[in-house]
Parts: sequence; C-alpha cells; structure tokens
Amino acid sequence: MIKILTKIDGINNVLENNNLLEVQFEKNNIIKIFNELKDNTELNFNQLLDITAVDYPSREFRFDMIYILQSLTKNKKIILKAFIKENENIESITNIYKSADWYERECYDLFGIEFINHPDLRRIMTDYNFEGYPLRKDFPLTGHTEVRYDDLEKKVIYEPVKLTQEFRNFDSESPWEGMENKLFGDEKSTGKN
Amino acid sequence: MKEVELNTTTINFGPQHPAAHGVLRLVVELEGEVVQRAEPHIGLLHRGTEKLIEYKTYLQAVPYFDRLDYVSPMCQEHAFALATENLLGINVPERAKYIRVIFAEITRILNHLLNIPAYAADIGAVTPFLWCFEEREKLLEFHEAVSGARFHAAYFRPGGVHQDMPEGMEEKLFEHFKTLPKFIDDLESLLTNNRILRQRSVDIGIISKSEAIEWGCSGPVLRSTGVAWDLRRSQPYDAYDQVDFEVPVGKKGDCFDRYLVRIEEMRQSISIINQCLNKIKPGPISIEDNKITPPKRNQMKKSMEALIHHFKLFTEGYRVPAGQVYSAVEAPKGEFGVYLVSDGSSKPYRCKIRAPGFAHLQTLDHLSKGHLMADIAAILGSLDIVFGEIDR
Repeated sequence: MIKILTKIDGINNVLENNNLLEVQFEKNNIIKIFNELKDNTELNFNQLLDITAVDYPSREFRFDMIYILQSLTKNKKIILKAFIKENENIESITNIYKSADWYERECYDLFGIEFINHPDLRRIMTDYNFEGYPLRKDFPLTGHTEVRYDDLEKKVIYEPVKLTQEFRNFDSESPWEGMENKLFGDEKSTGKN
Repeated sequence: MKEVELNTTTINFGPQHPAAHGVLRLVVELEGEVVQRAEPHIGLLHRGTEKLIEYKTYLQAVPYFDRLDYVSPMCQEHAFALATENLLGINVPERAKYIRVIFAEITRILNHLLNIPAYAADIGAVTPFLWCFEEREKLLEFHEAVSGARFHAAYFRPGGVHQDMPEGMEEKLFEHFKTLPKFIDDLESLLTNNRILRQRSVDIGIISKSEAIEWGCSGPVLRSTGVAWDLRRSQPYDAYDQVDFEVPVGKKGDCFDRYLVRIEEMRQSISIINQCLNKIKPGPISIEDNKITPPKRNQMKKSMEALIHHFKLFTEGYRVPAGQVYSAVEAPKGEFGVYLVSDGSSKPYRCKIRAPGFAHLQTLDHLSKGHLMADIAAILGSLDIVFGEIDR
C-alpha cells in the first residue's frame, strides 16, 4: 500500500506506524489525490472520518490541514496533512465525500479556513453572530464576550468578558530541566584557562 | 414576472423539545405534513472542550471526556487513554485491559438501555423507559463501586485504570449478568413484536450500505445496513482480541434494524463481560512507572521520592513525546476517535475529538426527506443523538 501511495502525484513522506498511515500532500492537488485515494481499488479509502486543523502561529505556513480517512475493505486508516498559510484557501472535498460538508464548516468556524466550492459555508458550532475563530492559538481561552439575562431590559445581553481574577496559566515545568547549562560569569571564561 | 405560490410551511423544531434529545434546533420545511428539508442547527451545547484541553495536562483532560457523550462516559475516556498511551509508547498490564473491556461493555449496555427506551418513548411506549432506568441504576452502582461516581467516572486513565475493582466485585458482576439476559427478553417482549413500534419504525429512515459509508456513519447505524464493521473486531484494542463475540448486522438500514442491532449488541456485551470475568487474573492495574501513574498513598508517607513523583504528576503532569496519533474505539454510538498532537510538553497541543453522532446527525436531512414530520422524532431517536458529543 505504501508503494502505491508514494506513486500518487503530490503525496510525499509516507510513514506507517501501528496500522496507521501518515502522509503529507500538496494542497493544490487535493481533488486529484482524494479521488485517487477513494477510487483506486488497491487503496479504496471509502470513508472520511474527520477534517481538522492545527494552528502554529509562528510558522509561515500557519495551519496544518488534517484529513483522516478509513478504508473499510482494506481495514486501514490514513492521516493526510497539508500546510496552508493564514489567508490561503483550500479546495472543498464535498463532491468526493458527502460527509465533508459539516467537517469543513466546523473547520471554517473554529479556525477561519475557507473552503472553495463548499455548498454552504456557514458557522456551525459557535453562537449566531459570533466573531473570531476560537481554536486559533491567539484566541483567549476566556473568549471576548459573555452573556447574561438583564432584568431591566428583559432580554439576554452580550458584554465584554469581565474577570474578577486575571486568567492564570501556571508554568509548572521544572526549572532544572528547563535551564540551559550555563552559569553567570561563564561568558568571561574562554574555556581554556 | 409570474407569481409562484409556495405551498411549504417552515417550522422551528426545538431547541427545547423532548424528542430532540437535547438542544437541537431543526428548521423543517414541510409540504402538508411531508418533510421537504430538515436543517439541523447545532452548537447550542458547545463548551469548547477541545480548546479547554489545550490548557490542561493530559490527566486533567480525562474528565472532559466523561462530559462529551454523557450517556457512555467510560468508552470515551478509553479513546483518550489509548491515544495518550500510544504517544507515550506504553503498554498497560493485562488486568487493566480486562477491567477496561468489562467496563466499556457495561457502558455499552448502559447506553443502549437509555437509547432503546428513549426511542420507544418518542414513538409512544412509556413503560420500557421506567424498566430500563431501574436496570441502569443497578449497573451504575458498578461504576460507582470502582470509581466513586455514577457518571463522571474518570476511571480509565493513561497507563491503566485508576484503582482496582473492590473485593468480591467479580462475583457480583457475574451474578448480575446472569439476570440481565432475562431482562432483555422481557424488554423485547414489550417492544419487538409491538404493532405500534413496528408501524412507526419499519421502513422509516432507510439508509443504504454505500450511503452509510459515504456519510461517515459507524456503529449500529452502519451495521444496520448490513456492513459487518466493528472496530472491536477489525482493529482490536486492549483485550478485545482475547474474547469471542458476534457482530450483529441488519438488512435494510431502517429504524427497526437499528433497534434490533442494539438489542443484540447488549446480549453480545454480556457474553464479552462473562468471558472477561473468566479470564481476568489478579495483577497490577496500571503500569508501574511513577513518572506516569501516581504512587500508592501509603508509599507517599514513607518515601521522599514517591512524594516528589506525586507532586510533580499533579502539578506539571508528565511530558508526552512530540508526535501525532489518531486512536479510535467502538463507542456505543459508533467510532469515537481522538486525534492528538503533542509538542513534547505536558499539555496536548491539539486534541480533536471525532464524535460519531456528528456524522450521524448530518444524515438527518437525507434520511427524513419525504417522511412525515412525526417520523423525524423516530429517526432522531434511532440515530442515538447526544448533544454533549456533537457540540463538544
């Protein structure tokens, strides 16, 4: 199976561990690759399990797009990964796998990645009129707005989040392991003496 | 321009409706009483579990999994525990594997004991609901005996299980599962040949083999179409390769088949539990590496090292080697998967949860087209929808 995968145009870095295949692919060839994965009788990845992304804000190619497919006939799972930049789009695969519809909507909702040719790209998880993309690393855990019922106005109102205590994120990593093996004054010595 | 008169009515179903099994808002377009389009609006129970997990250590992430599909808590912890163990490259002891399988199957029975009567209640039968809740309570006592909690167990942890079963538990389980098949027979006598149940579920919400695969269905929904696909069989984890069981499949893929598959799965679960009880032997219940599992309480009173390990585990947690993994289990509702990315620190960099119900609810529009409005309740019930896992 690995041999067939490496032959497909745009797929590289094929790895296998514990019955799980991991590959990287070129995002421009996505339609061709997924058609091949689905229709090639030797591969037959007939079920799309999940679509998601991973955010690395410091990288030039900010997002890893992750596609997880399964072949019920060959009893294999595969994780496909593509790299995209922050304002880049990726082609939707709803024409190949019907179940991609909601997964792509979810990915759009939580990461702000747009899918070209998606039939109905709307938010799915977050509130109506929500702003921002919650699963990006620069979105705060506490969010931006909170809701409460206002007794005077007799309706639910949205307000900016007010925290009685600042959000604390403890860094409990051991200082010993994190320390570089360097002492003050070391820079003066040339190491020879 | 010619005026066209639309004869459709659009109604809003939910978000608070007993047949919606939680907070589902459905926008249904009806022509007379026939459904033209049913569009689910989800996310009303979205709690940002995936985001929260990124800020917690691996151990602190476990309880979030109980709260996803709150009807089958332990199966979801199982997926997370397997994913973390996979990244850590550890193998849990034999006894822990059997305990996990026993409790995963108890959870499966618990789930089906809620889904079947809730489904029956949606289409008119109330008695099974009361019967099954009594039976569920007895099973939940076993949950409580091992973990201290009826639902939010946090029992399957990376590295094994939290604590050993109390003494005499094996015999109690054995005795209990002698009586349960009789209960399932009684339950079936109320439902399976009931005229109303059959009228409301046979040929309702049919999904074909290829459609079910295409839409990403798994679990009883996929099996009801005749595809014998069960992760416990095809990609066995823990002790599932040590037990013998059958994978029930349906023929047509309608609501009635899904109901029958679930009934038979409960019988198979009982058989799996009995086999495990025969095979389980005394031994350690978690790996004996204090870098990952906490030391025993009495050791901490004597050993300085144990105390340090305990402190480090519950503040910093353990570090997981960088990498990515996707681990899936056959949860009662279908394939429940966890895609975990670690950057080498003690907190997951990304944890994506693949909920079976998400894929199933997506098919609702397709399944309910051309059926009556009242059938939507039946279809929703037979898909086994729980919003905790769909909205996450």
